[in-house]
Amino acid sequence: MTDTALSIVGGLLFVAGAAFLLLGGLGLVRMPDLFNRIQAGTKTTTLGTLLTLAGAACLQPDWSLKLLLIGLFVLLTNPISSQVLARAAHRMGLEKSQLTMVDHLAEDTGERS
Amino acid sequence: MADLLVYVAATLTSLAFLLALYRFFKGPSAADRVVAYDVLTIIAITGIVLIALAEGRGIYLDVALVYALLSFLGVIVVARYLERGL
Amino acid sequence: MSTLLTAMTVVLCIAILVAAIVSIQVKGDKSMSIAILAAGLVSLLASVLFLILAAPDVAMTEAAIGGGLTTFLFFFVLARMRNGEREYEEANHD
Repeated sequence: MTDTALSIVGGLLFVAGAAFLLLGGLGLVRMPDLFNRIQAGTKTTTLGTLLTLAGAACLQPDWSLKLLLIGLFVLLTNPISSQVLARAAHRMGLEKSQLTMVDHLAEDTGERS
Repeated sequence: MADLLVYVAATLTSLAFLLALYRFFKGPSAADRVVAYDVLTIIAITGIVLIALAEGRGIYLDVALVYALLSFLGVIVVARYLERGL
Repeated sequence: MSTLLTAMTVVLCIAILVAAIVSIQVKGDKSMSIAILAAGLVSLLASVLFLILAAPDVAMTEAAIGGGLTTFLFFFVLARMRNGEREYEEANHD
């Protein structure tokens, strides 16, 4: 790897993405209940993975098409899996944190049934 | 310079991996472990990209694509099972 | 860059051991599904290990068979077993 400006930018993007991944892992350990963990775990890691893939595309410009495909796939599938998981956890009836103020899904299903 | 930045990024990614692994080991409920599984596989995609950069072989990125597909499938299947059973 | 690969191998080995231990000795509610999920995680991490050993085709096969197909098959069978038990109990109550 030569030290061109593009490779420096790619390395910085890579470090930024890895920092977001670290924040996601930290949130996964520190957050009080499951729904906060889903928030911290999936949103942060989506952004971190996208930044990482962008950094790799800057470091190796030949791979950018394949990296774009992976990024598109992560961007499409990761929110779906987090939403399905949150709905499953809500239907399992897991206890929420004491700090939870509002739960619209419980209100909606409670009014209907 | 770029090599140094890639090393720093690899260190941060490994730390994130170990933190998610702690949640997978500890996790009080089943859904906590599923979230940790999701995060672990997403971080492993970054790990595969790092390996491809270190070896300089673009063919390794195909494995990352298959990996993303299969981790998504696993999370969907286990969430459906926990919800009411496939 | 070989230092990076060595460090990543160590982290992956620790992760595989932890996932195997979780798969063996998980207790409590829904423990069977977590055991299956942890076994799938062992396969997925082993595929990254194969990739470090410069075998991308083996890694792809391991991820597809071990991580995808086996996990899906186990959950399918588990769901069928649970439905079968429910039908059996309902038939006996009536």
